[in-house]
Amino acid sequence: MTDKPSDQGQLWEVFTQPEPGAPHEHAGSVHAPDAEMALQNARDTYARRGEAVSIWVVPSRAITASNPADAGPFFDPGNDKPYRHPQFYKGPKEGNKD
Amino acid sequence: METSAKNRSSPAPAPPGEDPARLAAFEARVARGESVEPKDWMPERYRKQLVRMMSQHAHSEVVGMLPEGNWITRAPCLRRKLALLAKVQDEAGHGLYIYCGTETLGVDRTELIDQLLAGNAKYSSIFNYPTLTWADMGAIGWLVDGAAIVNQTMLARASYGPYARAMIRICKEENFHKKQGYEILATLSAGTPAQKAMAQDAVNRWWWPSLMMFGPSDKDSPNSAELLRWRVKQKSNDDLRQRFVNLTVPQAKAIGLTLPDPDLKYNSETGDWEFGPIDWDEFYQVIGGNGPMNRERLGARRKAHAEGQWVRDAAAEYARKQAERSRTAA
Repeated sequence: MTDKPSDQGQLWEVFTQPEPGAPHEHAGSVHAPDAEMALQNARDTYARRGEAVSIWVVPSRAITASNPADAGPFFDPGNDKPYRHPQFYKGPKEGNKD
Repeated sequence: METSAKNRSSPAPAPPGEDPARLAAFEARVARGESVEPKDWMPERYRKQLVRMMSQHAHSEVVGMLPEGNWITRAPCLRRKLALLAKVQDEAGHGLYIYCGTETLGVDRTELIDQLLAGNAKYSSIFNYPTLTWADMGAIGWLVDGAAIVNQTMLARASYGPYARAMIRICKEENFHKKQGYEILATLSAGTPAQKAMAQDAVNRWWWPSLMMFGPSDKDSPNSAELLRWRVKQKSNDDLRQRFVNLTVPQAKAIGLTLPDPDLKYNSETGDWEFGPIDWDEFYQVIGGNGPMNRERLGARRKAHAEGQWVRDAAAEYARKQAERSRTAA
């Protein structure tokens, strides 16, 4: 959907970091005419109870996402390489303690 | 990623009827308990049902601000006023969470809001009842939010990911709504005889409309079977209603108030509190636009929207000027 000319502004995706050191996670979206108001709207909508120590807002149209219909072949290169996991390797128990 | 459906420049062509193989694969996924995400293939009927249900839910949050907003300036003390302000602000936030979820299905929020303002959208019938006394703030928090919690706790496991995630956020916030309402009624009930009578009167007026919030009995609900099969809902309207009654009866007793149903009795075999017949004629009257406050609510919503126009205009103009300035500076 394109951003129709309307008075709600464009769509922004909101990412919140729940605590220092944690990754930013997708929280939802807001409408706003510019980035500054998008941040303020995101704070009022997604952080009314101290749920975030940091917020990112990104224009929704700037995000490119993988296609679920192609998920099989797309992720396949990661699924057939058991030698990337420690379980693939053998050796005496004593030598394999972490 | 929830952006995807919104980002498409044009909606995918609707399948000519549904492909039976795709439909079967979709239903198998849902039956396995997997989440459906915005870019996943879904039957058009599933998309339509979700847009209908989610937009009605979002509208209900927005209209739900009005009966309580009505009492903010008349709250009896600062503590109550702060709580009510925060609760009403939460309802606005809840509306936004769900509108945002609905947009992932390829509809624009402006369309939904226009439908509401034009009087073409449905919202929960409960908000078409008047809030006559301060005790109504207690009854709404305790009964109306209490009923909403029962419903939304189930919806937090809905098959559509963005809807379920919005519900998880909402459920985290609703408990405060319910508790502040219950505290209002407990305080009034322990007060003077006049205060106690006011609390009882509010409960008498809000009890039956709260039971109607769960919707018609499943045998009369056109959407129930489909929603259950697609795991949008996991429980029937009647099951949820019974759960709400079972939770609420002991809570009423604990604060010395009664529920206005002479047929209410405990069934020790099933563990359920059985209740009397619901007046569905009233429900359909209110849904059909003939409730005591239907016109008043829409009028208030339209007025608020119109009075906010200058804020939206100013924000858009400011953004335009800033963008122009950064262009000329570059």
